[in-house]
Amino acid sequence: MNWTLALPEIVLAVSGLVILLAGVIPKKDNSFAISLAVLGALLLAAVLVLAQKEGTAFGGQYVADSFSGFMKLLCILGAAMGLVLAMDFFEREGLARFEIPVLILFATTGMMVMISANDLMSLYMGLELLSLPLYVLAAIDRDNSRASEAGLKYFVLGALASGLLLYGASLVYGFAGTTNFDRLADALSAQQGVSAGVIVGIVFIIAALAFKISAVPFHMWTPDVYEGAPTPITAFFASAPKIAAVALLTRILAGPFGDVASQWQQVIILASLGSMVLGALAAIGQRNIKRLMAYSSIGHIGFALMGLAVGGESGLRGVLVYMAIYLFMNIGAFAVLIAMRRDGRAVEGIDDLAGLGRNDPAMALAMAVFMFSMAGVPPLAGFFGKLYVLLPAIEGGFYFLALVGVLSSIVSAYYYLRVIKVMYFDPGLPGFDPRPASLSVVLAGTGLFTAFFFLFPAPLLAAARQAVASILG
Amino acid sequence: MNAAGFPLLSLLTFLPLVGALIIMLVRGDDAVVASNARWTALWTSLIVFALSLVLWAQFDTSVAGFQFQEQSEWMPDLGIGYHLGVDGISVLFVLLSTLLTPICILASWDSIQTRVREYMIAFLVLETMMIGMFVSLDFMLFYIFFEGVLIPMFLIIGVWGGARRVYAAYKFFLYTFAGSVLMLLAIIVLWNSAGTTDIPELMAKKVSSAWQPWIFFAFFASFAVKVPMWPVHTWLPDAHVEAPTAGSVILAGVLLKMGGYGFLRFSLPMLPEASAQFAPFIFTLSVVAVVYTSLVALAQTDMKKLIAYSSVAHMGIVTIGIFTANVQGIEGALFQMLSHGVVSAALFLCVGVLYDREHTREIARYGGVAKIIPAYALVFMLFTMASVALPGTAGFPGEFLVILGAWAVNPWVALGAATGMILGAAYMLLLYRRVAFGRVTRDSLKGLADLSPREHAIFAPLILLTLWMGLYPSSFTQFFQASVAQLVQQHQTAMGVARLAGVAP
Repeated sequence: MNWTLALPEIVLAVSGLVILLAGVIPKKDNSFAISLAVLGALLLAAVLVLAQKEGTAFGGQYVADSFSGFMKLLCILGAAMGLVLAMDFFEREGLARFEIPVLILFATTGMMVMISANDLMSLYMGLELLSLPLYVLAAIDRDNSRASEAGLKYFVLGALASGLLLYGASLVYGFAGTTNFDRLADALSAQQGVSAGVIVGIVFIIAALAFKISAVPFHMWTPDVYEGAPTPITAFFASAPKIAAVALLTRILAGPFGDVASQWQQVIILASLGSMVLGALAAIGQRNIKRLMAYSSIGHIGFALMGLAVGGESGLRGVLVYMAIYLFMNIGAFAVLIAMRRDGRAVEGIDDLAGLGRNDPAMALAMAVFMFSMAGVPPLAGFFGKLYVLLPAIEGGFYFLALVGVLSSIVSAYYYLRVIKVMYFDPGLPGFDPRPASLSVVLAGTGLFTAFFFLFPAPLLAAARQAVASILG
Repeated sequence: MNAAGFPLLSLLTFLPLVGALIIMLVRGDDAVVASNARWTALWTSLIVFALSLVLWAQFDTSVAGFQFQEQSEWMPDLGIGYHLGVDGISVLFVLLSTLLTPICILASWDSIQTRVREYMIAFLVLETMMIGMFVSLDFMLFYIFFEGVLIPMFLIIGVWGGARRVYAAYKFFLYTFAGSVLMLLAIIVLWNSAGTTDIPELMAKKVSSAWQPWIFFAFFASFAVKVPMWPVHTWLPDAHVEAPTAGSVILAGVLLKMGGYGFLRFSLPMLPEASAQFAPFIFTLSVVAVVYTSLVALAQTDMKKLIAYSSVAHMGIVTIGIFTANVQGIEGALFQMLSHGVVSAALFLCVGVLYDREHTREIARYGGVAKIIPAYALVFMLFTMASVALPGTAGFPGEFLVILGAWAVNPWVALGAATGMILGAAYMLLLYRRVAFGRVTRDSLKGLADLSPREHAIFAPLILLTLWMGLYPSSFTQFFQASVAQLVQQHQTAMGVARLAGVAP
């Protein structure tokens, strides 16, 4: 048995347990040291992922290929940046608990298992390992009624999604006779006409994963949970787990269910259209910037799903590149949100950003870059994300989808511009509290990536192409 | 490499960004930062202008194709590359951009007192985007610069503009953005059929007749908003009125030309059949624009708004000229764009001079300024005459050529364009009479100061150019003669083929 293939996950899980022990034993608070230890473990996992060989392990349950490598690195990066954002925030909120980094670590392990899943069983295990820490994280500020509400909502809807996934998986198993992705691919391609049971099963699985990536019509939890959860936790929710879920969706739709694309394509197209339109329209009326970001993330997922609906090498590459760019823009924007503290208290209104252009030009510039980028204005990274999805969409003849995509990005430009308007044009409020160095580092990194991606697009494109090639086989 | 022996166009394009970076790094208290930002921006833009004169000197006017080409890989597997070059059509626009930027920076020297550093950075970034757009020979690269202009311009209008600046900035951004994303889809359709976004390669390939109207419409959505053509011109008066003086200058001087340049660079050569089919449509819109916006200009009480509407009318003449698809029409359109770039920029500067002193643009608040500030009145008169297209000034050759070209296609269109000239004389002379002549009615006007040395320096090159273009137009037309001749000839060949195939009228 080739268990060494799963070394990154094993190392993460074991170090998670060790760090948990190290957190429990001392009497006094040591959350900072624990955070550093978790960052170290994530770094180690990243190195191991880079060194990982290709192949399958655990009786075909687990697969390592360049797709899993690409996606895992993105997830680890997202988790690490989310953790850096969280470190100082919880300190200031008086919520510093060593459990937070450990939970992030376990969630990351879950994501990696999900990404490497090659069987409906390991898929479910990974998804649950990811979800359970997330439920706890959402409600970690347990004395805050909004956070508790967010945690509960997330848990109930997440449990429903898990139920849908299991039901779908059992249908697929019942009608196709296997849960292994490779054998599913064989079974579905050999079958003359796919049985309705398998299709219903696939739709259930897609619905469950649509919950995780908050695609329309399974998005309802997103604004409430984003608003209720502590901001760094929201930043984490909006980045790494979404990437993992998109990776999983990509893998199962391109792999085992690739031959029955005609059956699920409309579902993805509808989800994509709905997400883009809703993300654009519903955000217009928002006053709370976290809710705004929630709808914005729904819109972005709609764009990524466009690539998935188009499929093929270039379509899926578009998805991967889009998610990578989304990760940077999103973490960067959330870093600004976390820095929004006045007189020691976090503020969340869009109007609270007023005067930022004068009080903190560097941060305002970074936020403007993120907002213009999310709106899709070249030469910023977000434009290229959209471009690499639109190119295959037109190539594949999905004109309507592409048209709705660009039209919704006009509408969404309106609310992204509003953030910039508030920062630069409106009369100023008093400045924010000084921001910690950790935020500045994340802001600088993500801001530079977003602003200057256009100089070196080729490496990311090449890596994504290689990743996609490995799952299309 | 190219005639200059070094990557001249890249240098021109990205040098302003270096200046912006230097300004960003300036440290010190506000006054020091402001003064350093001003001087750095001025020197950067002057160096860029000096470099662009190399382009002027070394450009081979006998060559119709692209010169000073630079090419390197960017996204090779998608067929999207970094390709720069200029031909006769684009070279003078580059010079126009490099000339107007230092003038704008000088014009904002005293009038911009808040957030000077950000202002100068925005202007230098804007210069990069403008130059980059005119020298791009890759459609995707072009699009990036074309759209990139929105970011600095949105901020310039929104931060340093007048009372309704937020509304104007939004309107400007959303109108242009809406138009351009449709163009993006059209670019992707072109890319899909040709496998590349390289402009010379795209020009050499024929777009299928079935797709041409759709792509034409998508280009039209983008360029018509930018020109702007009636009825999508309404963002322009708002943007002009609210923008600071230098913003208006760049807007009228260069940004409006992006639309005309787009029609000339892409619509006409790449989509000849659709251009011929839609020419009557464009003529109609243009004639309506010329007549209607001229009448609207007559009724304006705000100087900037009046000049803004006159810009729409003048650009209407440009679109007529482009779609005549004959040599006179296109040369006229190009000349008109260049002269409008100089003259309308100068007119906005003239308004700016008064506004800086009196802080109002209401025409009714002025009167008799010729008696108080004669030098200013003389300058203002010259540009008024140029805007009216008096022979001997820059405005004349362009409009005359366009009317000639239009006459060959359809005399009614020529009549419409000529009506615009008459109405233009009416509203510009009315403006000048009300501002410069008559009794000095208001006491505050009596203390007006005449042009300062800085303002003399701003106007001198524009006066020189206005007269030069009017008196000796061939030193400018020689730049684009070869390219335009080639363009027209290719268009006629394509139309001949289409006629044989029975597609085009």
